[in-house]
Amino acid sequence: MTRRELSLDDIESLAVGAWVLGTGGGGNPYLPLLNMRLLYKQGHRVELMEASDLADDDWVGTVANMGAPLVGQERLTDSMTLARAVLAMERHIGRRFAALMSMEIGGANGVRPFMAAAHLELPVVDSDTMGRAYPELQMTSVAVGGLAGDPVSLVDVRGFESIVHKVPSWKWAERIGRKIVTEYGSVAATCQPPRTGAEVKRWGIHGTTTKAIAIGAAVREAQRRHDDPVEAILSVEPGKLLYKGKAVDVARRATEGFLRGVARFDGLDEFRGSQLTINFQNEWIVAWRDGAPLAMTPDLICVLDSVSGEAVGSETIRYGQRVTVIALPPTPIFLTPKGLEHVGPRAFGYDLDFRSVFSA
Amino acid sequence: MRRIGIDVGGTNTDAVLIEEGRVVRAVKAPTSEDVTTGILDSLQSLGSTGVLAGRKIDGVMIGTTHFINAVVQRRSLTRVAALRLGMPASASLPPFCDWPEDLAALVRGGVWMVEGGHEYDGRPFMPLDEAAVIGAAEEMKAAGLASVGISAIFSPLDPSHERRAAELVAQVIPEADITCSSDLGRIGLLERENAGLLNAALADLARDTIAAFEKAIADSGVDAPLFITQNDGTVAEAGQARRLPVYSFASGATNSMRGAAYLSGLSDAMVIDVGGTTTDVGQLKHGFPREANSVVKVGGVRTLFRMPDLLSIGLGGGSHVQLDPLKVGPVSVGYRLLKQGIAFGGTQLTTTDIAVASGVLDLGDRKKVAQLDAATCRKVFGEAARMAEEAIDRMKTEAGDVPLIAVGGGAFLIPEKLAGVSQVIHVEHGDCANAVGAAIAQVSGECDQIFKDLSRAEALSAAQGIANDRAVAAGAARASLTTIESEDMPLAYLPGNSVRVRVRVVGDVAPG
Repeated sequence: MTRRELSLDDIESLAVGAWVLGTGGGGNPYLPLLNMRLLYKQGHRVELMEASDLADDDWVGTVANMGAPLVGQERLTDSMTLARAVLAMERHIGRRFAALMSMEIGGANGVRPFMAAAHLELPVVDSDTMGRAYPELQMTSVAVGGLAGDPVSLVDVRGFESIVHKVPSWKWAERIGRKIVTEYGSVAATCQPPRTGAEVKRWGIHGTTTKAIAIGAAVREAQRRHDDPVEAILSVEPGKLLYKGKAVDVARRATEGFLRGVARFDGLDEFRGSQLTINFQNEWIVAWRDGAPLAMTPDLICVLDSVSGEAVGSETIRYGQRVTVIALPPTPIFLTPKGLEHVGPRAFGYDLDFRSVFSA
Repeated sequence: MRRIGIDVGGTNTDAVLIEEGRVVRAVKAPTSEDVTTGILDSLQSLGSTGVLAGRKIDGVMIGTTHFINAVVQRRSLTRVAALRLGMPASASLPPFCDWPEDLAALVRGGVWMVEGGHEYDGRPFMPLDEAAVIGAAEEMKAAGLASVGISAIFSPLDPSHERRAAELVAQVIPEADITCSSDLGRIGLLERENAGLLNAALADLARDTIAAFEKAIADSGVDAPLFITQNDGTVAEAGQARRLPVYSFASGATNSMRGAAYLSGLSDAMVIDVGGTTTDVGQLKHGFPREANSVVKVGGVRTLFRMPDLLSIGLGGGSHVQLDPLKVGPVSVGYRLLKQGIAFGGTQLTTTDIAVASGVLDLGDRKKVAQLDAATCRKVFGEAARMAEEAIDRMKTEAGDVPLIAVGGGAFLIPEKLAGVSQVIHVEHGDCANAVGAAIAQVSGECDQIFKDLSRAEALSAAQGIANDRAVAAGAARASLTTIESEDMPLAYLPGNSVRVRVRVVGDVAPG
């Protein structure tokens, strides 16, 4: 079995790259990164493995935080609490996990499985179930694949451990889980429904941790050399430059427990005179150029700081910020009719037929 | 209104007297090792002209880089006891966990983490473990620590645990200087706690420095209250500045931008402040510098300070000039200009020599730079203009040309015409813009917290009331208050229409 020990430098890159793949949501990975720096200082190490090296009957734990990123900024994220969510699930199902994996590579959850893995001395599979960040639990490859949406363990640092044992659908898992998370104080460490090695191989989105590390490394290297960091991303990913501009208006509102809104940009350089509008539900969902749809989910819409190349979140984007918008291709699982039902523009309430920026 | 503004810079201490909106007099004195002498010299120099005789002075407003330099240069710092109320959460990231090791080694006197803190909606996260706080205080006392930084989860929403812990610590260590993180604002435990710990580390320096300022004023015979200028272009009374010195960190740059606004009469413009070594470019909005929005590092420590959003480039009046290939800066002769510049008998070609050769400045000996022909001078000025244009373009937030105010001792490098600029404005007393900015500083109040179960209008109005009260507590006249920022952000996932509101108001210093 080939496993690769990640260096701290890899993890620094992972944090930058996962934030890019967060497509505006998922939370800034800074606090998880800080945990990893301290864990490495204490001598912990983590290993990455390929999904293809899993045995079909291995069990894999999927680790993620659920809740409001804002609460995490105050409570911080305890690495042991994530490990406890995994242990609670192992106790519930009466099996040991052979490995852990990410639910969503985008944002802070792209780093969190490694925090649990450092304590539990388990490898992390180089796969996730979104290939980016999305706001809801049914917006995963495993949900598109029709796999079970239960059980879910939800753990709080004060000693609460809850199991959502049985639900009829992923949407119910999201709804019941969200209630528990809210009572905890709007943040919980969770272990998502256990997966077999065979399921991960069939329905996982593979190579996403490696991808995030490569994106982050390209950005960091460009920053060191004072090169264009956005070009650096496009040199390692088959992405497409969509727009360069300045944020001129950001309207945010909370509806149904999400941050929804619209950001408007005025074009710069070769885009001068052209207006871009992006609708968001935590993540960037649909981008319109001069009124016509330009890019939409499941294509990844990444808004980047034009100078640093680092991602700009929908919660933090501000007036006057100079950004470069690029698109990255989504996992093919989301391009199937079933996939588009879960994460296409209509899943977010936009009456648009999906058109990829990569199909033209 | 009659005020004296003083800027204690690295090289010079500038002082200006402003009377009824007019700069009456501006003077410069060398900054002294002990701070007091330089201020005393500048005040006496101001007084020697007779402008102060028999006049009532409403305030002396001092801006200084003293506190930020102490952190950056790792000197005059007090060892700090960190007390965090939030267990069992946050244990894996203890206080000081993201500090540069050298600074942490100097400041970290000890770390105590006990149960306490709140939820996002104000419910207690855990009850405050008072016995553990008292135990921690006794250990601090035994370790000889008398400066304490206290932080608690969600204390900007509910500071009661921090306040109670501060009382308990004070009962054990009556002489303790205690900083509560809730006095430093924002959501973001680590960054707020870092600000609190830096503030606690400055406790002794702040006490000594402000005593030195007060002594200089008393010795000069000026009878006026002391105010210290803040990062955001406002002032705090001496007592509050002594308690919260971190708020004075970046006041130098802010003062020069505010001074530029005042001297030019413009409230929305770009400002370029050309010093001896560096040039700062920023943007004025409603007469205040646009703030850096997110995380600001001070001496390597992440904080959420209100700091002006500035771009610094290596261009100034002392910048080295290389002719072939053409290069200006970033190296500078700095305060050694009057020795090392060619016009002053030295051997290093600088931008000032170019200005002397072309007749822009009348300094030193023009004959010594006679070999520099007009074409050469034009080339060097052209390069300086190109550097300025690039910096301005990076800081501009709107398309189209904007007015630019050029201040600072090196402002002669900024030509009358620049790309992207509608008009370049040079102002009288522009070389003392930072002292002018100090003299005209206002008082501010801010509120940044989460409201729930209120309409948007009610939440904004509640935040406005809190900000107003805070400004008045800081010395503002209530009638003069105006809101300069108002921002609301609904919180994803949180129930009950939770909204985070940030409001900032400013007003004139109340007379008396």
